[in-house]
Amino acid sequence: MTDNTNHNDADKSRERVIGTPTSEGATLATAEDAPHRRHEGPYPAEETHVRPEEVQRRGERMASLWFLVAFLAGIGFFVSYFMFPANSDGTPSIADPETAQWANMLLGGTLALALFSIGAGMTVWVRRVLPHYEVSSPYDELPSSEEEKSSFSEFFMRGAQESGILKRPLLRRTLLLAMVPLGLAPVVLLRDMGPLPGDKLKRTIWRDGTYLVVEGTNRRIRAEDLVPGSMISVLPEPDDPEHGLSMNDQAEAVTILIKMDPKDFGPGMSQQQLEWTHDGIVAYSKVCTHVGCPAALYEQTTHRILCPCHQSTFDAANGAAVVFGPAHRPLPQLPIRVDEEGYLVAAGDFSAPVGPTFWDAGVED
Amino acid sequence: MSDNQAPQAPKALRGIGNYIDDRFHLAKTAEKNLRKVFPNHWSFMLGEIALYSFIILLLTGVFLTLWFNPSMSHTVYEGSYERLRGVEMSEAYASTLHITFDVRGGLLVRQIHHWAALIFVASLVVHMLRVFFTGAFRKPREINWLIGVAIFSIAIVEGLFGYSLPDDLPSGMGVRIFQGVLLAIPVIGTYLSFFMFGGEFPGEAIIPRLYMLHILLLPGILLALIAAHFIILWYQKHTQYPGPRRTEKQVIGTPMFPGFALKAGGFFFFTFAAITGLSAFVQINPIHLFGPFTPTSITSGLQPDWYMGFLEGSLRLFPDWFDFDIGGYAVVTGVLVPGLGFMGLLFGGLAIYPFLEAWITGDKRAHNIADRPRNVPVRTGLGAAGITFYGVLWLAGSNDILSHTFQISLFATTWIFRIALIVGPILAFIITKRICLGLQRRDRATLEHGYESGTITQLPGGEFIEVHKESSPETVEVLQSAKYQGFRTVPPTVDANGVESPAARGFLGKLRIRLAHWYTKDNVSFEDVVPHSALHGEQRTEEKAGQH
Repeated sequence: MTDNTNHNDADKSRERVIGTPTSEGATLATAEDAPHRRHEGPYPAEETHVRPEEVQRRGERMASLWFLVAFLAGIGFFVSYFMFPANSDGTPSIADPETAQWANMLLGGTLALALFSIGAGMTVWVRRVLPHYEVSSPYDELPSSEEEKSSFSEFFMRGAQESGILKRPLLRRTLLLAMVPLGLAPVVLLRDMGPLPGDKLKRTIWRDGTYLVVEGTNRRIRAEDLVPGSMISVLPEPDDPEHGLSMNDQAEAVTILIKMDPKDFGPGMSQQQLEWTHDGIVAYSKVCTHVGCPAALYEQTTHRILCPCHQSTFDAANGAAVVFGPAHRPLPQLPIRVDEEGYLVAAGDFSAPVGPTFWDAGVED
Repeated sequence: MSDNQAPQAPKALRGIGNYIDDRFHLAKTAEKNLRKVFPNHWSFMLGEIALYSFIILLLTGVFLTLWFNPSMSHTVYEGSYERLRGVEMSEAYASTLHITFDVRGGLLVRQIHHWAALIFVASLVVHMLRVFFTGAFRKPREINWLIGVAIFSIAIVEGLFGYSLPDDLPSGMGVRIFQGVLLAIPVIGTYLSFFMFGGEFPGEAIIPRLYMLHILLLPGILLALIAAHFIILWYQKHTQYPGPRRTEKQVIGTPMFPGFALKAGGFFFFTFAAITGLSAFVQINPIHLFGPFTPTSITSGLQPDWYMGFLEGSLRLFPDWFDFDIGGYAVVTGVLVPGLGFMGLLFGGLAIYPFLEAWITGDKRAHNIADRPRNVPVRTGLGAAGITFYGVLWLAGSNDILSHTFQISLFATTWIFRIALIVGPILAFIITKRICLGLQRRDRATLEHGYESGTITQLPGGEFIEVHKESSPETVEVLQSAKYQGFRTVPPTVDANGVESPAARGFLGKLRIRLAHWYTKDNVSFEDVVPHSALHGEQRTEEKAGQH
């Protein structure tokens, strides 16, 4: 319906377009400027501002120059590709980070230049060779006419009547009923995506007597190894030193060990929490109770533990109570003691569920 | 001139054309669509950037899948990158190193993919703001607005999942935060987390699952939505800005063939060139420097991709004061509100806005002429408030960097941002609305008296005046658009007999009237303005009948 109306609309508004300055008025030869050679293009001449031949000729040369640059840059891309071999047999190879950077700059630079030049050539083509268009086209009338609408409505309701869906409710209802189990099937089928949580989030692999080892090594720790003011990251000693701890075990069991002057412990520590320490050494879960990042920063003068993700701040001298930031629960404390040989061992599991607070975190099973 | 006659189509082309037309009867449809007109304005290319970035993402993404191994099984790295040889890591991380150091062009394509993702979301946002501020979401285009909001929300999730795949230290931390937010959901949170991760964090299932979502499901949905967005746009045609000949009935611009096709083609290459240039010279996500993910370590000063910054910031700002429990069961508002609530507010607010505005103004007309933002001060003010709210959250996502850079205490930055989050949007609303009204007044003055020419003349009486000159017909056309733009005044709610109209009764009716009043009360009236009346004293009859 829009095909031919263009011309009619343009005729109506012709007197308004002529003489209307366009953004590039000076360079344009409008139909008015050159009435003796009326432009015959796909669109009405009044809506097509043809560029002077001289401008077009220069545009052609300029665009072609850009396309040539693009061609050369494209060749340059292949040269840079083969200049740097992939494996380390040849030199220089992209296995070396610095060479990889150079290779990246050459490859990317030539590719970007090729792409840019094609874009530039096409743009020059549009702006110098093609006419400037101010073609009009009608918007469609959106609502259908009343006749069309009522005709459709009547047709549709007659069809619905004939199908029986309106006057045979049994048919309708049993079909809906039949769909219910099928609709639920995809949900049920996803059941095996994972186990049920159970109490898995509430316990870790720490047990009474588990040795504390320095994270990254399997070295056990003596109480006297720690200097006051220090903080280290520890893990439970793995049963199988060959394979170490699984990621899951590390994620839940990682603990920070802080040594401070026992006199620094504040009133926030209950008697039991003090009993869980040893000679000024206190152990807290390293997993932030906000959303689970490692709370890895420790400031020894204020005894504050800071999580770098969202800046929850805990007071190590007062049971790791929250002093600032979005976390709500203190970091759970790990009870520790020393064994007969003077090595630090756990005296049980954490005092509370480790990590981000969840629905039943505070509920005993 | 030889080009005055339409040249005969080449034989081969005619053959192909006839072959297709014999089977699909397309000649008329093809001509109609090739004649489709695209309005000439730079702001219409913002959506194009998004479309082209998406195409680049698809192309580079396919390349990366040739080598990427989405597996969390453990391996000891023995590849080319010396500094990590012998280090334990996941297959996912090792294969990303392989793409970087053993596949020629791999690093470049990885960086193009990442930069294109950043620019994809950025251009979506700017495009959406353009549509918002010019009222291009109004009838008949509300459905396309909703599709746009869906594309925006899925694009963010798609980006987060892609960021998580290489299994480097920051990306693993992103996954950890995602899991922490899942856990906070009341009742079903732990179940969602266990199903998603196949057990406890991190498990061995999450990366393969995110990979499937990232390369299959989400891009599939995005592709379908983008296609729908485009088809609707094609069918309804673009909005256009006010100007000569541009009316609600006809659109003026460059036709698809040959003008716009070539213009858009050139612009695709520019977009691709800009992204490639960035990827060549500006390093992005150097995962080989971050090292593999371990759940026990972290570095400070980590920054997520920019579009996640507002979530990071909201998690940092929102305090734990409102956490409560029901019979011992925790409702962690300190995570739920910033982690999910703000996102719901953002996308929900965007989604309902067109309907809310139409309800307040009662405007049921179809609009093809875009509003000038100044002519709808309340909408523009609300948009500015929204940008400020988002911007404060986004900045708060780097408060540690800001604190370090400007030597302010970390906790002080948190408080500054908490206050700014509430005060900022209110101020932005008031200031923006005032600016809009000031611009309306100036428009009215320019329309009535012409523009200030800067020339000072002495009158015979000795008085100095500044000469006002007549604006161009185009300017007059644009300024006059204020007469019908936006929603100018509240229609009377009481009829000639003093009877209240049914729509104004009841609580909702009264609320609506009050909101409509708030929405329009400060607008400068353009009703009686005659262009350049003071200048010439002549009455101009403007033939704007076609517009309304």
